[in-house]
Amino acid sequence: MNIFVCVKQVPDTETKIVPSGDGSFIETSSIKWIMNPYDEFAVEQALLVQAANAGSTVTVVRVGSTKDTEALRTAMAMGADDAFLVEAADNLDSYMIAKALKGAIEKSGKTPDLILSGKQAIDDDCLQVPQILATMLGLPSVSVVVGYEGSATDVTVKREVEGGALEVYGVKLPALIACNKGINTPRYASLPGIMKAKKKPLTTLSLADVGVSDADKRVKYSNFQLPPEKPPGKKFDATDAAKQAAVVKEVVGLLRTEAKVL
Amino acid sequence: MAKILVFTELHGSHVKGVTLEILGKLAGHTVDVAAIGAIPSEAIADLAKFGAANVHSLKGANLEKYSPEGYANSLKGFIAGGSYDYVFAGATSVGKDLLPRVATMFDAGMASEVTNFIMEGDKFAGTRPLFAGKCFAKVELQGPKPHFVTVRPNALGMNANPTSGAASAKDAAVDAGAIRAMIKDIVKGTSEKLDLTEANIIVSGGRAMKDAANFKILDEMANVIGATVGASRAAVDSGFAPHAMQVGQTGKTVAPSLYIACGISGAIQHLAGMRTSKVIVAINTDPDAPIFTKADYGIVGDLFTIVPIMTQEFKNLLGK
Repeated sequence: MNIFVCVKQVPDTETKIVPSGDGSFIETSSIKWIMNPYDEFAVEQALLVQAANAGSTVTVVRVGSTKDTEALRTAMAMGADDAFLVEAADNLDSYMIAKALKGAIEKSGKTPDLILSGKQAIDDDCLQVPQILATMLGLPSVSVVVGYEGSATDVTVKREVEGGALEVYGVKLPALIACNKGINTPRYASLPGIMKAKKKPLTTLSLADVGVSDADKRVKYSNFQLPPEKPPGKKFDATDAAKQAAVVKEVVGLLRTEAKVL
Repeated sequence: MAKILVFTELHGSHVKGVTLEILGKLAGHTVDVAAIGAIPSEAIADLAKFGAANVHSLKGANLEKYSPEGYANSLKGFIAGGSYDYVFAGATSVGKDLLPRVATMFDAGMASEVTNFIMEGDKFAGTRPLFAGKCFAKVELQGPKPHFVTVRPNALGMNANPTSGAASAKDAAVDAGAIRAMIKDIVKGTSEKLDLTEANIIVSGGRAMKDAANFKILDEMANVIGATVGASRAAVDSGFAPHAMQVGQTGKTVAPSLYIACGISGAIQHLAGMRTSKVIVAINTDPDAPIFTKADYGIVGDLFTIVPIMTQEFKNLLGK
């Protein structure tokens, strides 16, 4: 099987986000970059499917800046065979990213049997790219997937919806499956894996190589700003057991009379 | 004045609340509503009150259950005949999955999960959180129309539309087309409560809950005040709660009226996911826990003694 994994590189979840001076994006100079956490599940799922289907290859595709190559290095250290990077700014919109991913997959010369991705990237949180890419490629796809089993031609996947309910889908491959936490437990890259990854082929493409230009821009962002700070709240000490009942009574009363939420 | 379609899901005999939030916000524009399947009369009455002009029930074979392809093909076919400038939907499981597909069928752009927006004449300008709410930005759309927007539930609030609409009920025949990813089965969730993303009140537990069984005391409180129970990443990673309950940057971003954080220290990725809650109550033994910097009402103390007392106080207050 020709298995593709789409990954994105995003600021670490511990990052304190600071809007850039002109408000056009965020300050990126001192950010620690990581592979989008949901994409780790996609890489792991690709490796599991590869192991179950002899002769399969796993190709990782990413669109973004070359400030760091953490995401692709990690994916190849985990076990992916090769990688394509489309060099671009880190704030392209979902439509441009999907179109660039499509172009890179086509440039690889291989026809995908299975495309895996994370359900969303934790930077812009759009949850769009997997569905856009599948639609552009004319493939069926399922998003927010927490369970995967099946053969090289047919799979059964579980999609998580409101309240933790699961929709169980039968899907004919080729297809795109967007993974959520819970689908598997991603492996850590081993030291030999990390060494080997350095010799694996990484092809770099430009946006022009994959047919993407400014005319493809659909979403315009501006005025990045921090959420307004709340004024400090009221804090009550209820460490002393004798005070607890009175404190709780007061807070519950305030929820009704002052906050008016009950 | 823009011509707008709001796609809605049906929930029993009603539409989801977020649909009415969107309609209220769009007062002054010509707004049609469409759903897959027959829209019940109760729902049509609600939609009229909130200003809907036409209410379209899209009908065709193979649409009894959601399928990404079947719904996308049907909605695309309907929109293509309607010369709409904008298509809105709630950022629900279906809305988030479906709308990017339909937008792409028109080579059009989409703004995901806006928390507020205005129409400057015919032009949409939205506000949306990025990095799970660590910052906000203005979002605008360009390129081929219609433009697509999903709106986060509970974010706009229920603004009444001063002018009611005709809500003329119409049927439209649609074609689901070939469906290669089809639902075979639905496994019910463990909770009958509203999803975290739609809940008006959330009671959340952190690492200090110590054990999955201890979430029982949060369930008891939640039952009294009609809340949905959530958890921090630390609690989920410790196996106390399933990922579906996780609030934060790698879980769900929520904005209820009231968020009660029990034994949650307030890691930056958790705060990002809940800081836009209208009122936050925090219970924690550590007086320096970061959660207190975001709390409207902080109680320094042990959740295992505070929570049951609070549950009883809620019962007294609400006469239960």
